[in-house]
Amino acid sequence: MVFHYYPGCTLKTKAIDLDKYARASAEALGITLAELDNWQCCGGAFTMAKDEIATKLSSVRALADSRDSALVTVCSACHNVIKQTNDAMKNDAEFAMKVNNYMQLDEPYHGETKVYHYLELLRDVVGFDKVAAAVKNPLKGKKIAAYYGCLLLRPGKVLQMDNPENPQILEDFIRAIGATPVISPYRNECCGGYMATEDKALAAKKSGAVMDSAKEMGADMMITACPLCLYNLTKNAPGEKLPVYYFTELLAEALGVKE
Amino acid sequence: MSNPKELELKEQVIRMSGVDPLKCMRCGKCSGTCPSYDEMEYHPHQFVYMVEKGEIEKLMASPSIFKCLSCYACVERCPRDVEPAKLVEAIRLLVIRQQGANHLKANQIPDLLDDDMPQQALVTAFRKYTK
Repeated sequence: MVFHYYPGCTLKTKAIDLDKYARASAEALGITLAELDNWQCCGGAFTMAKDEIATKLSSVRALADSRDSALVTVCSACHNVIKQTNDAMKNDAEFAMKVNNYMQLDEPYHGETKVYHYLELLRDVVGFDKVAAAVKNPLKGKKIAAYYGCLLLRPGKVLQMDNPENPQILEDFIRAIGATPVISPYRNECCGGYMATEDKALAAKKSGAVMDSAKEMGADMMITACPLCLYNLTKNAPGEKLPVYYFTELLAEALGVKE
Repeated sequence: MSNPKELELKEQVIRMSGVDPLKCMRCGKCSGTCPSYDEMEYHPHQFVYMVEKGEIEKLMASPSIFKCLSCYACVERCPRDVEPAKLVEAIRLLVIRQQGANHLKANQIPDLLDDDMPQQALVTAFRKYTK
């Protein structure tokens, strides 16, 4: 199966591992991620104002270019921005009209493309049971805390990925690769996000609380789908830290396709 | 309420955000769950109340508008679907859409960088702070 793929800016630079292991693992599971031509940065955050048009056009281009099948993203932020933009194109007629008037696509776009986060692809297209069956090196005995952060699940009624307050998709993923999930109460709280640019103390406080909570629950390591979460947890959280990995790296290791 | 200018600003914020502040029952859950609570002069529930009262200029002048992390905790957890973050966003846009009112300027960036900072942090900060 071939899906359109939107890597995003950070996966080409600081988060190369997130991208490279996503592609290698998908191939091992029989899925090809075909990178969109000329994709543009999503901007990192969805601008919530209804009268904001220009900042959402890069997402609309990616969505409209993926109409013939579905679009896969792996970065939490890209996933969040593109899904929220798609929802606006589908449900906000005035916004969609302005976008379509401006873009003059061959055919107007109204949110027809299905958007998958990579984890949804594993759960809904491949199936976690099939993932588990393809595992060659189960990560037995590893206690892994899933860190969802904020952008992967919220707003729940738009992203429709999992229960935003009691999610299980990453825990199911951890079980599929043979490891043991550790539930931490801060798994869906914010790491401090982009505020790390101008307020390091806030990023330290927020990511520190997330890290300490995973440590207290007895985890050996944490996983995330977000480059900014990984940065805050590994760079800005104070004190002794657990290792933090992109979930795709552990998947590639389990599937035996990690170089 | 306030003078005609305040009324106009209030209508503008409500139009941009799509939020109806009258749905708020003042339970304070948005502020209770906000990760930036300690950094804010006005907290999420106060944004809702002050928009209802038409006190938009006071909010526009507050550094609190640059403290929202866009984590959607208040949006998700509001029992009445008020979605306070959308008000913070609309008021911040009213400010930074003005000529010369950017909160983050490109020449400040080199001092903020370190070797590991992902592009995602910068593009998001620009989206939030700059027009």
